[in-house]
Amino acid sequence: MEMHSKKRIEILLEAPAQKRLTDLLDRLDVTGYTVLPVIGGRGHHGVWSREGLPSAAGTMVSVSIIVAEEKLDEVLEPVFELVRRHIGIVTISEVMVIRGERF
Amino acid sequence: MSIVDLAVQNLASPMVLFFALGVAAALLRSDLSVPEAAAKFLALYLMLAIGFKGGVEVSKSGLDPAMGLTIGAGILLSFAIPLAGYFFIRMTTRLGAIDAAAVAAHYGSISIVTFVAATEIVRGLGLAYEGYLIAVAAVMETPAIVAALLLARRAAPAAGDGPREGMGPLLREVATNGSIVILVGAFLIGWITGERGMSMISPFIVDPFRGILCLFLLDMGLVAGRGLRQGARELSPPLIAFGIYFPLVSASLAAALVVPLGLSVGGAALFITLAASASYIAVPAAMRLALPEANPAIYLTLSLGVTFPFNLSLGIPLYAAVAQRIAG
Repeated sequence: MEMHSKKRIEILLEAPAQKRLTDLLDRLDVTGYTVLPVIGGRGHHGVWSREGLPSAAGTMVSVSIIVAEEKLDEVLEPVFELVRRHIGIVTISEVMVIRGERF
Repeated sequence: MSIVDLAVQNLASPMVLFFALGVAAALLRSDLSVPEAAAKFLALYLMLAIGFKGGVEVSKSGLDPAMGLTIGAGILLSFAIPLAGYFFIRMTTRLGAIDAAAVAAHYGSISIVTFVAATEIVRGLGLAYEGYLIAVAAVMETPAIVAALLLARRAAPAAGDGPREGMGPLLREVATNGSIVILVGAFLIGWITGERGMSMISPFIVDPFRGILCLFLLDMGLVAGRGLRQGARELSPPLIAFGIYFPLVSASLAAALVVPLGLSVGGAALFITLAASASYIAVPAAMRLALPEANPAIYLTLSLGVTFPFNLSLGIPLYAAVAQRIAG
């Protein structure tokens, strides 16, 4: 089967800033993104969990975007500008997709 | 009833004991937990019920000219308390300006669950309260955030890390956050539908209220205990002391306004409790956006792990006793 090489940007971000990020992605020319809930984990400030919390503060979400390689910088720069002051991790990985024209 | 009797009665109430159970379970590393969605549902239920009851009270008593004055006093307190809090933190702890401003915002804003717990204590004493205090609670959420952001901007203008979050959109988000919308919305619906509305939904919002409050406080205990276990190292002794004495400072400011505002004893107890409580739902989320440099472990642990348990166990009976002395 024919496959196409793309880049996946994965942003693990504190939940209160999620809307800021998805609003930015809506303004940027990306074809889509996926937001996933994250149950818990451990980071610089120790263990965290979203169980029982009535507030968005203290919880995290994961947002992933798949883009063509030539568009990576144009998406990554404003995204990183927004994310860098918040709690989060940005990773970029190589992925293969089947319907290359979609990204 | 003396302060001691009030405190003992409160400490032996199911609400406080369920909160203590949650704290103990978290400290014992039990796997007891309330799922996030269930916790949000419980919070929604409590806001809806307390908002609706307040609206029904206003429909029964009619519009009181003191309502506008009390709302104005609430806004003033919410703006002034962070200024005092910031001063105390900077004088007594080593916290930087940004962390101090973020903590101060939490103490100027209010905790609706502390308010709900106080309404139960006031009801237990056989006292009535002004239903419009729900509206006062709603307006006291945001001015504290404005005061804290002004303090932070004055103390540490944004440097090379890009422009800060604009205040306008942030305040709009806080003012329209889900808990305020359901609280004010249920208040208006209670006001419009009055006793007829109450008789229609009281099996849902009156009878199960205490049980659901206990379940929510169990969850709060779990979150507070977990926060204390993980975040306690962020809190220095002077900061922990602030979490206990500063609510008394805020309570004193509110107590000075009770007589001029003409509040009833029950209303005075709740108004003082509002001033003394510290937010842990709306303000932490707003601070993550407005002051992301501030360490959330400090303000969340202090507000939820120190001040909330203090207010729930000893603070509210004390405020009720003070209210009985000055407004009785």
